[in-house]
Amino acid sequence: MSDVTAPATPRPVGGATTGRTDVRTRRRPRRHRVGKGVVNLVLVLIAASFVIPLLWLFLAAFDASAGLSVSLPSPWTLANFDAILTPEITYRPMVNGVILCGGGTILTVVASVLAAYPLSRYKSRLKRPFLLTILFATGLPITAIMVPVYGLFVQVNLIDTYSGTILFMATTALPISIWLMKNFMDGVPIELEEAAWTDGASPMQGLRHVILPLMWPGVSVVAIYTFIGLWGNFFVPFVLLLSNDRLPASVSIFTFFSQYGQVVYGQLAAYAMLYSLPAIFLYLLLSRRLGGAFAFGGAVKG
Amino acid sequence: MSVATVGAGTAVGRYQRSRRALLRGMPVAPAVVLLVVFLAGPILYCVYSAFTNMALTGSSGADFVGLANFQKAFTSAEFGRSVLYTLFFTLVSAVIGQNVLGMALALLMRSGSQVVRAVVSAIVIGAWVLPEVVAGYLWAVFLGKGGSLNGILHFLHLPTQNWLFTTPILAVSIANIWRGTAFSMLVYSAALSEVPKEIEEAATVDGASGFRRLTSITVPMVKRSIATNLMLITLQTLSVFGLIYTMTGGGPSGKSQTLPLYAYEQAFQFSQLGYGTALALVLLFIGGVFSIIYLRALRLEDSTS
Repeated sequence: MSDVTAPATPRPVGGATTGRTDVRTRRRPRRHRVGKGVVNLVLVLIAASFVIPLLWLFLAAFDASAGLSVSLPSPWTLANFDAILTPEITYRPMVNGVILCGGGTILTVVASVLAAYPLSRYKSRLKRPFLLTILFATGLPITAIMVPVYGLFVQVNLIDTYSGTILFMATTALPISIWLMKNFMDGVPIELEEAAWTDGASPMQGLRHVILPLMWPGVSVVAIYTFIGLWGNFFVPFVLLLSNDRLPASVSIFTFFSQYGQVVYGQLAAYAMLYSLPAIFLYLLLSRRLGGAFAFGGAVKG
Repeated sequence: MSVATVGAGTAVGRYQRSRRALLRGMPVAPAVVLLVVFLAGPILYCVYSAFTNMALTGSSGADFVGLANFQKAFTSAEFGRSVLYTLFFTLVSAVIGQNVLGMALALLMRSGSQVVRAVVSAIVIGAWVLPEVVAGYLWAVFLGKGGSLNGILHFLHLPTQNWLFTTPILAVSIANIWRGTAFSMLVYSAALSEVPKEIEEAATVDGASGFRRLTSITVPMVKRSIATNLMLITLQTLSVFGLIYTMTGGGPSGKSQTLPLYAYEQAFQFSQLGYGTALALVLLFIGGVFSIIYLRALRLEDSTS
């Protein structure tokens, strides 16, 4: 399988590039200090342009009379939060979101751990085509199949149900989860498991008592990653759920605030903040778990 | 597997082997069932209903209409426009915007000071972690008539306008760059961290300029990651819906209506499920082609390097 999994594994120095060193006049590494200052300046400028749209969110949330423009709240107030912290506006959509995304995440993690096991441990002629299909499926625009999924769900009476939505959400997250999970599982040495086998453990017991404890960080990474993805997903619940009292936070923010002509921007900002918090919190957990954000990029890299 | 050779060659052995293979493959079953029912199923259903005149409400039956939906699509100006917008959106926001900015950030981060690095990555990643609907609202507010951008322009004595109305497709593209750059940055940072310092140092000693080092050494060494990243962000961008929908709703008068939004409008707002699925199939096809191209590119890379 090495040729399929190769994109995910860092390759040692390629032979082609090492020879490219024209021997010409040698120059001293120059103006190191100045270079670093310029780099920092450019970085700060980019960060500033990234932060400007965000400023509004923080300021408007605490400003009862917030408009579209950025202005310091006077006075700073929690009135916006007071106004939206009702069962109808905040609590129920959040609970719905937890049910949908939590259910979807559990299903995804269980199915992908199980699927990753044979893919990581056994050789088979079917493995390569299967993995390629999985990789291919990670690329399919889920947005495109929402129209037929809607048609299908209407026909089989799954429309506007938690179960149908959870099943579909789990499926959309499954390809990338299987892929990540397999890569994590590949990192667990098979020797440990072989020891368990000789002691009479079945493969599934080996999975539960040997592999899972060792790859727990990987499992939680996939779980958190899946949950964040589902939590932010707007289109799937938007299409598959119809009743207002079933909508998760991602959709209700839209339906609630586009329902009325006059948008109360302060409340919108406050709500957006509350709704974003779980994703941000989970991401912090994720990056801590991986010892920094960069390792996460490595996990997703291929 | 050492056990795999036992009984090889005999019919009984073959039977046992296939039985064992089946048993071993069992854990894949739940995932396969889900994928077949909820992913392959809808895709097949999509292929079927794209050739019918299925409607959202009213008559339950759907008649086979052959290629009529596609004919309608390929002769419709709206469809052509939405394809162009989709291409523009993907090219500007993913292939150019996120990709180049992500690489630039990853490169700059290497020589930035630690504090700046931490702050910048926190901000850029923060933009990425925010749910897309929130990002959509933020940008709608930022670019809107009384928004911050116009405030800044007014301060600089430059003409102000409602950017969501004058340049809607550019507006959503920029919002998507803002939202998606972190992904490319993370991928490239990870890739760059694996480029051995010694090689670049050797090139520096040999007198290669910063730009030369970048084009002749650093970029070629991470080209596999560039290919992978381009695939991933292109595919992500092709299916962006929530961001555009919350920012402009595809408007004004369809001027930021990419394919997903067009398909959605036709299927759900105009109740033409058959036509909508035909459009979805086109999008699926484009995504599939991209996916295959990049898979092939990856494999070629593997066999050549």
